[in-house]
Amino acid sequence: MKINPEFFPLTDLARRFVDQLAQCRRLKLGVLEASEHHVLIELPYSTELIGYPDTGVIHGGVITTLMDTACGSAVVCSIFDKYKSLELSPTLDLRVDYMKPAEPHKSVFGFAECYKLSSSVAFTRAIAYQESIDDPIAHAVGSFMRISPDLVGEPFRRALMGENE
Amino acid sequence: MSQMRHTGEMNVKEIVKKATELNDFSHLLEHVPYAKFIGMEVVRFGDELVFQLPAKDENIGNPTLPAIHGGVIAGFMEMSAIVQLMVFMQTTKVPKIVDFSIDYLRAGYHRDSFAECKITRQGRRVANVNINCWQTNRKALIATARAHFLID
Repeated sequence: MKINPEFFPLTDLARRFVDQLAQCRRLKLGVLEASEHHVLIELPYSTELIGYPDTGVIHGGVITTLMDTACGSAVVCSIFDKYKSLELSPTLDLRVDYMKPAEPHKSVFGFAECYKLSSSVAFTRAIAYQESIDDPIAHAVGSFMRISPDLVGEPFRRALMGENE
Repeated sequence: MSQMRHTGEMNVKEIVKKATELNDFSHLLEHVPYAKFIGMEVVRFGDELVFQLPAKDENIGNPTLPAIHGGVIAGFMEMSAIVQLMVFMQTTKVPKIVDFSIDYLRAGYHRDSFAECKITRQGRRVANVNINCWQTNRKALIATARAHFLID
C-alpha cells in the first residue's frame, strides 16, 4: 500500500526522529505515516529477532521497542504540531499486553497516538498488528515526561528538522 | 506442526538440563537470537542469577545523552525473567509473555546494565515476575518491571 505523505504532514519529522535512534536503525523500523494525531511504523521480520526458537516467533522485547518508539514519535509529532517546538520526552512508564504471538516472516505494524498532552506529561496508547488493526498482537499504554525544548540540543534539533540534508 | 512443537519441547528441556549440569546459563541464551541481538549475558552467583547487558552502540536510543533505548532495557528485562523462570521452574517450554509493565526511574546511560528477577507468584498456569535493573549501583535502579507469563 502506497501512502501519500502529503496527507500526513509530519511523516518526514517522525521519520527523521526514528532514524536518529541507533537501535531503530538496527531494527530497520520504517515510519509509514505521521500526523498530529498518530504515527504508523513498520517493523520488518528478521530471524535475528527470534525469541522463541522452536516457532520462529519474535521476542516480546522487540514489540516493546516498537511500541515505545511509536508512542515516543507520536509525542514528538503532537508537541511539534501544538507548540511548533521539539522536546525530548523520556518514557515514564509503558505497559504492553500481548494478545497473541506475531506470525513469523511478516512485518509488524505499530500504530500509536498521543491522546492527551498536559503541561508536564504526555499520554499515549498504541496497537501492534499484522493483517488488521482489529486483530491485534499487542496493546500498549505509556506516559512520557515533558522536558524543556532547550534541552533538545542543537545538532539533534537540526537533524530532526532536516537541516543537515 | 505437532512434530515441530514436540522437538521444540525436547530442546527446551534438554537445554535447561544441560545448562544446569554445566552450571553455565549462557548456554541457554545462545539458543535465543534476540538475546544475541542485544548482546546480553548471564552470570551465576551461588543460587542467584544476575543478567548483564554490556554497553553496545547499537542499543542506543537517544543519541544526545547518549542513553540506551527504553525498548532494549525492557527487552533485556523480559528475557531475564524468561531465563529465570526456565531455570528455576525447569519449564519444558519457553514461557509466553502475557503482559509487561515497566517504570523508568532514571536514564539508562551508555554503560553496562544489570538485572535480577524475583518470581513473586507461581500459579499453575501463570507466573508473576518482578524485575529490577540498575547500572552503577544496585540501589539506584534505572527501571523496575513486572510481568506475567504463561507456563506449562
